[in-house]
Amino acid sequence: MKARERAAGAVANYVDERTGAAKWMKKTLTKVFPDHWSFMLGEIVLYSFIILLLSGTFLTFWFDPSMREVEYEGSYEALEGVHMSAAYASTLHISFDVRGGLLMRQIHHWAALIFLAAMVAHLLRVFFTGAFRKPREMNWIIGVGLLTLGIVEGFLGYSLPDDLLSGTGIRIAEAIMQAIPVVGSYLSYFVFGGAFPGELFIPRIYTAHVLLIPGIFLALITAHLMLVWYQKHTQYPGPGRTEKNVVGYPLLPVYMAKAGGFFFIVFGFTAFLGAVAQINPIWVYGPYTPAQIGAGSQPDWYMGWLDGLVRMSPPIETHALGYTISWNILIPGLIIPGILFTLMALYPFIESWITGDKREHHLLDRPRNNPNRTAIGAMALTFVLVTLINGGNDLLAVHFDLSINQIMWFSRIGVFVLPPIAFVVTKRICLALQRADREMVLHGKESGRLVMLPHGEFIEVHEPLSPQKAYQLTSHEQLPALSAPETDERGVALPKGIRQKLRARWSRAASEQIAKPTVEELKEIEHH
Amino acid sequence: MSLQPIQDPGLPSHVNRKADADPKAAKRAEQQVAILFLTSALGTVLFIFSYVGVPQDQLIFLPILGTTNAHQLFLGLGLAISLFFIGMGAVHWAKTLMPDHEVVDVRKEQRSKDEDRAAFVATIKEQGATAGLGRRTLIKRTLGLSLGLAGLSPLLLLRDCSAELPGEELAQTNWRAGTRLLTDPGDRPIKPGDLEVGAVAQVLPLLPAGRKRTLNDIAKDALLLIRIRPEEFNLDAERLSWTYQGIIAFSKICSHMGCAVALYEQSTKHLLCPCHQSTFDVTRAAKVIFGPAARPLPQLPISVDSEGYLVAASPFNEAVGPSYWERDSE
Repeated sequence: MKARERAAGAVANYVDERTGAAKWMKKTLTKVFPDHWSFMLGEIVLYSFIILLLSGTFLTFWFDPSMREVEYEGSYEALEGVHMSAAYASTLHISFDVRGGLLMRQIHHWAALIFLAAMVAHLLRVFFTGAFRKPREMNWIIGVGLLTLGIVEGFLGYSLPDDLLSGTGIRIAEAIMQAIPVVGSYLSYFVFGGAFPGELFIPRIYTAHVLLIPGIFLALITAHLMLVWYQKHTQYPGPGRTEKNVVGYPLLPVYMAKAGGFFFIVFGFTAFLGAVAQINPIWVYGPYTPAQIGAGSQPDWYMGWLDGLVRMSPPIETHALGYTISWNILIPGLIIPGILFTLMALYPFIESWITGDKREHHLLDRPRNNPNRTAIGAMALTFVLVTLINGGNDLLAVHFDLSINQIMWFSRIGVFVLPPIAFVVTKRICLALQRADREMVLHGKESGRLVMLPHGEFIEVHEPLSPQKAYQLTSHEQLPALSAPETDERGVALPKGIRQKLRARWSRAASEQIAKPTVEELKEIEHH
Repeated sequence: MSLQPIQDPGLPSHVNRKADADPKAAKRAEQQVAILFLTSALGTVLFIFSYVGVPQDQLIFLPILGTTNAHQLFLGLGLAISLFFIGMGAVHWAKTLMPDHEVVDVRKEQRSKDEDRAAFVATIKEQGATAGLGRRTLIKRTLGLSLGLAGLSPLLLLRDCSAELPGEELAQTNWRAGTRLLTDPGDRPIKPGDLEVGAVAQVLPLLPAGRKRTLNDIAKDALLLIRIRPEEFNLDAERLSWTYQGIIAFSKICSHMGCAVALYEQSTKHLLCPCHQSTFDVTRAAKVIFGPAARPLPQLPISVDSEGYLVAASPFNEAVGPSYWERDSE
């Protein structure tokens, strides 16, 4: 036995005698993970979270979360002698006087943008492939929670430097709080320790940003990953892959090397962005004062759709009996996002109610094979895209020489008209793709070879599909529409409630499919 | 479950990679991995060199990037290379040299076996019964009461998050009848002659002696002073009397969400809030002509004092800034 093996054995023995971990470790190290590029999106989220923890910790060593007024005397000459908060001054210090400080700030900011972008991409992957279905509904809800927290955490993060742009964002957040009926002004006073802006909100959001929310993040991410581990990862359908197995590579060594390596790739890429791509140059904006503002004030992209909603809102306020309700803030700022996120969290349950499908699913759907779901996703995405476009209406107007009023009216109308169009178009595309799949299975794929028949007719030769490919195109199941029961089990006629009608209608829509080739059809083709 | 039209052909057989069959290719792959790791090491060398050797204020001109800080740039590039190529090396190693045979693992249904579930329910019932929670309603109710009350205490503790409560304060500013208008920046009193037609200025109130101006003051006091030709006003008699020789004063704090309404277009006499594009018509007492704001910007009546300086003729007659529940907007 080599010395190295003896040492490893001794360590393993020491640990196992105290924990009995050998059996568990053996099973764990050979755990199988399916491989697909789209499964890396969630990994990017996890890795950028780690990058955020590391770079964020570095920043806390110099950041002073205080609104104490100081006179700036650092090496950025343009702001020499200007009065500002200690938070802003220390951010300038990090940017100009700490070696690598600006790099770390930019890595932190880029990592936050990637964190949220990857989260959204991961969510879309999970949605469009139906990975949220039983038994993974709980993980879907945890994911929606993580996304919500991520948006809040990002907002609080870019508010900390107390520059002119971030202060403007905080002002808007305060206005949203104030707009809540009855308790709004109290809520705002409790958050800000009195009237806006006060001298307390930076230290308060600092605690939330570096301790409270990251702590909840850690807990939720742990639960999220434990569930993935315990339930085993989903896999795409294909030859040899079933609901009862999981096909892929073992954790040791392949998956460890790939996932570990991917962490470094993500970190390296983020560092590259931090090195070459300037982001949030707070020294250009100046310190916050409520009486000033920069033209083209923009939130980070994940807040942009909310800002776009607020921008497109019609100017409606209700005044009655000496009280005011600001619908122009409440509807776009709280009610619509609330409805959107609630529907998103409940979607797995809504879908299973519509389809009546209560079985476990471990094989993913190809998006085209569930046209209704894919169309709903496209509809939601279109809605958010229109609002996001409107969130940047001022920049679009400048860059493309458009009128801001026209963009606003385009969004106001588009936000109602475009999502349904997206639904219909997406559903038609899905069905067309299904039809193409069916054609391919029945008649083979086009070979591009033209042949002239003896009687002069030209045909294109079709090559038969490989059995693997043919299986992949036909292995999905097509659920029939639910037939609403007319009578209960004792034969008593059931009242036709609106719920049942709605369900039957949705179920019909959800089961609209191009029938895949049947055994008989395939046999018939063979005889030709 | 419908019958599958095409039977599952099973996992495709393994296709050897170059390095699986050819020892020379395997050797080559090993060298490639090593080169990637070495590149990473070079990146760290660059990182250390930049930290120690490149001064923090060293600027450098690069195409596309423009003039940029060399210290931060090379530090970042060093870090990026050192991390990125560790990752590339590891992935290349996994893809070329580590076994790529797919492994099949069985998947069990998540649901426990029926007898386990029955046993679980029995245990809960049995153990629950020993505590007698179902029987002893007095205990159950008092426990519920005490837990509920205890849950209130953290809420109570949060009371001191704010010493003051919102009252009249939200509706008040530092503008009183006779308060002088001061330039911001500069803190100088203004005479009407200081403003030419077409000019716009930001002003703040003169505070009582010894009172230091805070951001809280500015958040409500900030005022925009605009001068146009008096005949261009389209105001009722009262609002016209609030202006002085074509000078009109509006709260600079947006009536929508409190941003500073900072963009003034001289040719159209429109004020635009850069946050949400609410547009106000100066000639018509800041009437909202576009965007989400539901109310005009509050107008401050102005006149001049005995020394000829601009002053507020009276306080604002409504709350400035965004709406809130208790705001009396009538």
